[in-house]
Amino acid sequence: MLRYLFRRLLYAIPILIGVNLITFALFFMVNSPDDMARMQLGVKRVTPDAIQQWKAARGYDKPLFINEKAEGVQKLTHTIFYEKSMTLFAGEFGRSEDGREIGQEIRQRMGPSLAIAVPTFVIGLGLTVSLALMLVLFRGTWLDRTGVVISVTLMSISSLFFIIGGQFVFARVLKLVPISGYESNPWTAWHFLILPVAVSLVAGIGGSTRWYRTIFLEEIGRDYVRTARAKGLSETRVLFGHVLRNGLIPILTGVVVVIPSLFLGSLLVESFFGIPGLGSYTIDAIAAQDFAVVRAMVFLGSVLYLVGLILTDLSYTLVDPRIRLK
Amino acid sequence: MTVQPLLKVRDLSLAFARQGMDGTTTLTDALSNIHFDLHAGETLALLGESGCGKSLTSLALMRLLPPNARYQSGRLLLASDDPRRPEDLMRVSETRMREIRGRRMAMIFQEPATSLNPVMRIGEQIAEVIRLHRGLDTQATQREVRILLDQVGLPDPDKAATAYPFELSGGMKQRAMIAMALAGDPQILLADEPTTALDVTLQAQILDLIRTLQQARQMGVLLITHDLAVVASRADRVAVMYAGQIVESGAVSDVLHHPAHPYTRALLAALPERATRGQNLFQLPGRVPSLGQWPMACRFAPRCADQEPHCLLESPPQVIIPGEFCSGPVEHQVLCWRAGDEAMTSHHEFMAVPARPPHEASKVLDIRDLQVTYAPGNRLWPWPFSRWFGAKSPARPVVDGVSLTLNPGETLALVGESGCGKTTTARAVLGLQALSGGQISLQGMPIAGQGVRPPTGWRRNVQMVFQDPFASLDPRQRIRAILAEGPRALGLAPEIYSEAALCALLERVGLAADALDRFPHEFSGGQRQRIAIARALAVNPAVLICDEPTSALDVSVQAQILNLLRDLQAQTGMAYLFITHNFGVVRYLADHVAVMQAGRIVEQGTVQQIFDDPQDAYTQSLLVSVPVIR
Amino acid sequence: MDPIEFLHILRNSLWVCLVTDALLWLLFMAFLIGLGVILRSPLQREVWRNVFQQRLAVVSAVILAVAASFALLDSIHFRQPLPALSNGAGAPDTSQVRYAVEVNSVLDLVLTGLRDGYEKTYSAPLAVHLSALEPITVTLPDGSVEVRREALRLKVAGQAFAPGAVSDVDYWRDVVSRVAVGILGGLAAYAGCVFVCLALLALIRGKHSAVVSRRHPVARRWAMLTLGVVFVITGVFASLSLNFHVFGTDKVGQDVLYQVLKSLRTALIIGLVPTLVTLPIGVILGLAAGYFRGKVDDVIQYVYTTVSAIPGVLLIAAAVLSIQVMLDNHPEWFGTAVERGDVRLLALCIILGMTSWTGIARLLRGESLKMREYEYVQAARAFGVSAGRILLRHILPNVFPIILITMVMEFSTLVLAEAVLSYIGIGVDPTMFSFGLMINNARMELSREPVVWWTLTAAFMFMVVLVLAANILADAVRDALDPRSERQS
Repeated sequence: MLRYLFRRLLYAIPILIGVNLITFALFFMVNSPDDMARMQLGVKRVTPDAIQQWKAARGYDKPLFINEKAEGVQKLTHTIFYEKSMTLFAGEFGRSEDGREIGQEIRQRMGPSLAIAVPTFVIGLGLTVSLALMLVLFRGTWLDRTGVVISVTLMSISSLFFIIGGQFVFARVLKLVPISGYESNPWTAWHFLILPVAVSLVAGIGGSTRWYRTIFLEEIGRDYVRTARAKGLSETRVLFGHVLRNGLIPILTGVVVVIPSLFLGSLLVESFFGIPGLGSYTIDAIAAQDFAVVRAMVFLGSVLYLVGLILTDLSYTLVDPRIRLK
Repeated sequence: MTVQPLLKVRDLSLAFARQGMDGTTTLTDALSNIHFDLHAGETLALLGESGCGKSLTSLALMRLLPPNARYQSGRLLLASDDPRRPEDLMRVSETRMREIRGRRMAMIFQEPATSLNPVMRIGEQIAEVIRLHRGLDTQATQREVRILLDQVGLPDPDKAATAYPFELSGGMKQRAMIAMALAGDPQILLADEPTTALDVTLQAQILDLIRTLQQARQMGVLLITHDLAVVASRADRVAVMYAGQIVESGAVSDVLHHPAHPYTRALLAALPERATRGQNLFQLPGRVPSLGQWPMACRFAPRCADQEPHCLLESPPQVIIPGEFCSGPVEHQVLCWRAGDEAMTSHHEFMAVPARPPHEASKVLDIRDLQVTYAPGNRLWPWPFSRWFGAKSPARPVVDGVSLTLNPGETLALVGESGCGKTTTARAVLGLQALSGGQISLQGMPIAGQGVRPPTGWRRNVQMVFQDPFASLDPRQRIRAILAEGPRALGLAPEIYSEAALCALLERVGLAADALDRFPHEFSGGQRQRIAIARALAVNPAVLICDEPTSALDVSVQAQILNLLRDLQAQTGMAYLFITHNFGVVRYLADHVAVMQAGRIVEQGTVQQIFDDPQDAYTQSLLVSVPVIR
Repeated sequence: MDPIEFLHILRNSLWVCLVTDALLWLLFMAFLIGLGVILRSPLQREVWRNVFQQRLAVVSAVILAVAASFALLDSIHFRQPLPALSNGAGAPDTSQVRYAVEVNSVLDLVLTGLRDGYEKTYSAPLAVHLSALEPITVTLPDGSVEVRREALRLKVAGQAFAPGAVSDVDYWRDVVSRVAVGILGGLAAYAGCVFVCLALLALIRGKHSAVVSRRHPVARRWAMLTLGVVFVITGVFASLSLNFHVFGTDKVGQDVLYQVLKSLRTALIIGLVPTLVTLPIGVILGLAAGYFRGKVDDVIQYVYTTVSAIPGVLLIAAAVLSIQVMLDNHPEWFGTAVERGDVRLLALCIILGMTSWTGIARLLRGESLKMREYEYVQAARAFGVSAGRILLRHILPNVFPIILITMVMEFSTLVLAEAVLSYIGIGVDPTMFSFGLMINNARMELSREPVVWWTLTAAFMFMVVLVLAANILADAVRDALDPRSERQS
């Protein structure tokens, strides 16, 4: 097990280097730092001097990969690639365009993101699995058919509509909850959280319910279910004792991969509801074309995804006795 | 017999409903007037080819039918405490039915690998039945689980109870299944092809086990099987099913020795075990009609050699065969117009196969010390890391030191249990599997081995017919493309795959020329196997490897394919490397036999030597396990 | 518009072929070819018959076809000729025709009335007044001047009414009569179309037509029904549009119905064109990884793990931002704003394609890993058939259903993604029409007084119908084609 973890962590390094190369190529090779300076400074203030100053202030005045002027190791380290990409491995995210410490921001904003993402994830998983089981229990009846139709309809509605509509109806018209905002103490902020969580739940429920229903239906067709019925078990006991246990394997391992990414928060919900989390941070950065922040978030996202992959493998060993990691 | 039977099945009829596009429901008959009794302590075999409704009957008894099945009529009378008032399973509530399932009637299935819940421990799965039906406390349940696992002959019951199904071998899994079925202490055991998925030695053990337990517990066993030999050796009575009907029933000795229905006779005559070497097997024309295409009158009539005009017009009556062919108290019944008609073809004319061309001396295939090792399945490191860290664990060779020779026009049977390396050997000969040692020569030219560069075009000299006729033809290609693929890929002259040549090829395997533009799914299993043979024949190989070519086919179709293979060999002088586990086929078809165990050849010799005087202990145990019909 | 004038404009215009136009028409051609292949092969016909046995699938297919025909009409672009300048001598200079800078499509031409009917600002659906009150100065009979706040009459809509206040009775009589005319007109057009189609069919097929059409009673009945409903709705909309804005107008007074119809093309391009990028990459890499295993597999797995490790939105954002900077720094590349928007749309499609191939690659890797062990592949290998040929002839055709299912399912995902991306500001060019941009503009309108709800509602309705149709069709296709689907188990 430990050897397996060690191997997986080691293998994550080339993947992260690959991620960095891709983002680096996007940011520095499609456009030169000069282009970025021109865009950030705006048309009126562009002068060669201003560009040089802008680049120097942010360390973009070095060569991309190899610094011919430097000596020894510095040939490689005194470059944009090393200073802007490889330092991410050490957790140094640098500064955003407005000069703030990105690492500091990330630490501050994780809390609000989790305050939305964790309840959504936990309640959502429980709710969708129960709904899917219910549909499977009543499979072939009008309840099942209606459930599937509702799921497909929910899937076909953009989450933007749920957010805008939810905000309009519950916050503006009915005035049940505040339209947006957040308090630093998550325990007193619940009335800010309740609508975003509810909206995220509704937006995600259709797709996952239908997916889980398919998984359970697939399990129900298997031979061991016939055996269980031949034992004299009732349909509910077959479902909860046998089908659920087997169906949860693909479901759990499918959702485990997203658990670490919960830190990143939800882009849309956070920005609509004014939650100062990482999602709204990312959106703001994209809107402000703040490349340093986007790069940091890409790296963070990739790290969390890789952690999710490893967790997925570990969760397999927990729920499926057939899997052993070497 | 004065004792009430445990189960009386009366006039059971069943249909499948299908919702049409316009909202109407059409019903397709699946079972018609099934009628039998099952007594305590006896084994009733339900015999039939695939698609005749055997499994459906057993599921109908348990009321575990798929949702689109509809009971049409009939009564399923299960003996209860009051002998005069049996329960009709078709009329009891679902709640009551659940009490009966597992408690009064238990079932074992064909595939032990998939029929057990993969993520539940064996002990837990058995305990579930005990808790449900017998209400024992935890301690007593655990004890009972151990006793059951011990009874079914698992060597270490404690360990088996805490094991997951994947940790047990196939035979052990089936034993665990049996333990689970026995856990509710049932009076009736429904065994649906319990040994079909198992090797021949395990098959004998499992059947013996069921027999022993049945005797000890005085259970009634309904044994569903397609294997005549199993019926002969393990059943008391037999009911032969064809197209959803029981066409003949009676004591095993009566039915097998004096078959009254033409279908039963044909089945027996088609068995390679009963045929004489050098003679063609009796073959039944056509195939079992599929669901919904059953003839209106006698369902067997279109394939029947003894049909009369009347047979096609009116359903046949149930006839009780009189005394002389009926021993003991069991009635011998048959569903036929011509039952007892002496004019019926009681034995079939066997056609002699033309003599083989004289053997040429040269070996056409020569395998020397073949060794194949699979790379470890899960590589720990991806490339390129594998080059620096990848300490590969040394794998056990799958095929180790196999040497075989094959002469032209000769058949060498390679027998052994599943996983012994038979198929790997075949793949190595075809060049689909890299060798880790040894050499293979074809017509004197080395084609595989260390540093061997096979001559161009060698592949046309060795071809293969695969086991599963449903998987061996590309479902999206027309037969024309399938047949032409080989000659085209080998760069042979276009005349070889011209229209006329392909038609001739189809004719040789007994198919009409209009098959060329059709797709594989339009053909039955036997026809597909003919196409697969034609595909190999298209390049006119010197060696044809047949990997269990008939194991997926019904007995009557198997006979057709075996006859075809014999005829083709006689015409072309091809050599066959025949991989099989069916000893009847070996005895009928092969000249030489090589017995393989765990990657090695343990014994090799002519058919007579191996069958009459086996030297190796493993060969002996194999032969003993084979069920035979006297 | 007068058909003769219509043709005249078409004949004299300068045709402009945008890249996405070409791609959309190319996809349409590919679809027709695919249809031909399906109709020729009995195997395929059987499979597709299963798809269209489901009523909802037929309805969805017709709806998608209608949306596609709007998008295709909207994908033939041209620049209209300007009136000839008079040269110094006063006579028109015919030697040189100049064309408008504005690029229009055939759909624009058809919808000229909608396109040019600008109001001052917001107006509600079917309204004759602006939605907000405006201060106006009124001279009272006694000569004093008073500033009142009144909702003004619209410039374009409500022309059929006399100036001044419109009584409820007049208003509703007009609306109802227009709806009635629309229904009748729609039905008449429908009947005409059906007649022409049947006549054509009879001409082509001769006596066989009756036999052919009787084969799919359900499919035909429902397709005809849906088409009839579409015709009636179109008729009603057309008839109402002569005097009203059916979905109201937006901030700058533009007709919302026009915007919605124009958004269909963007949605379809976003939903379809990325697959042109996804499929080659995903299919080739996926099949190769599974078939060749070993080194090839490791490298391909590395690539797709790396790509899928980057959060999708961020990767798209990063790519779009980069492209945007590039476009901003090179304004000289494009002649017109439409071309610029088009290149940006194309870039967005390519980026979406480049980031979404990992799913299908992983799926196909699994399939080809399994399929290479199939006996018919083994048989082909035993003949020495080359790997490329095996992949092309045996494996690709057999994974084709999976590819198709993924493609259809991807369509709705992409259409939904466009809305989100446009909201974040990394979607299509703001000068274009798209559902995402409409929603983005509309979200502030809900906080106005009175509430402007119609833009959002119109975008919502059209988008839900489009995506729902795609989802239902995807379900039907999966049920019929996917061997692992529940129906067969």
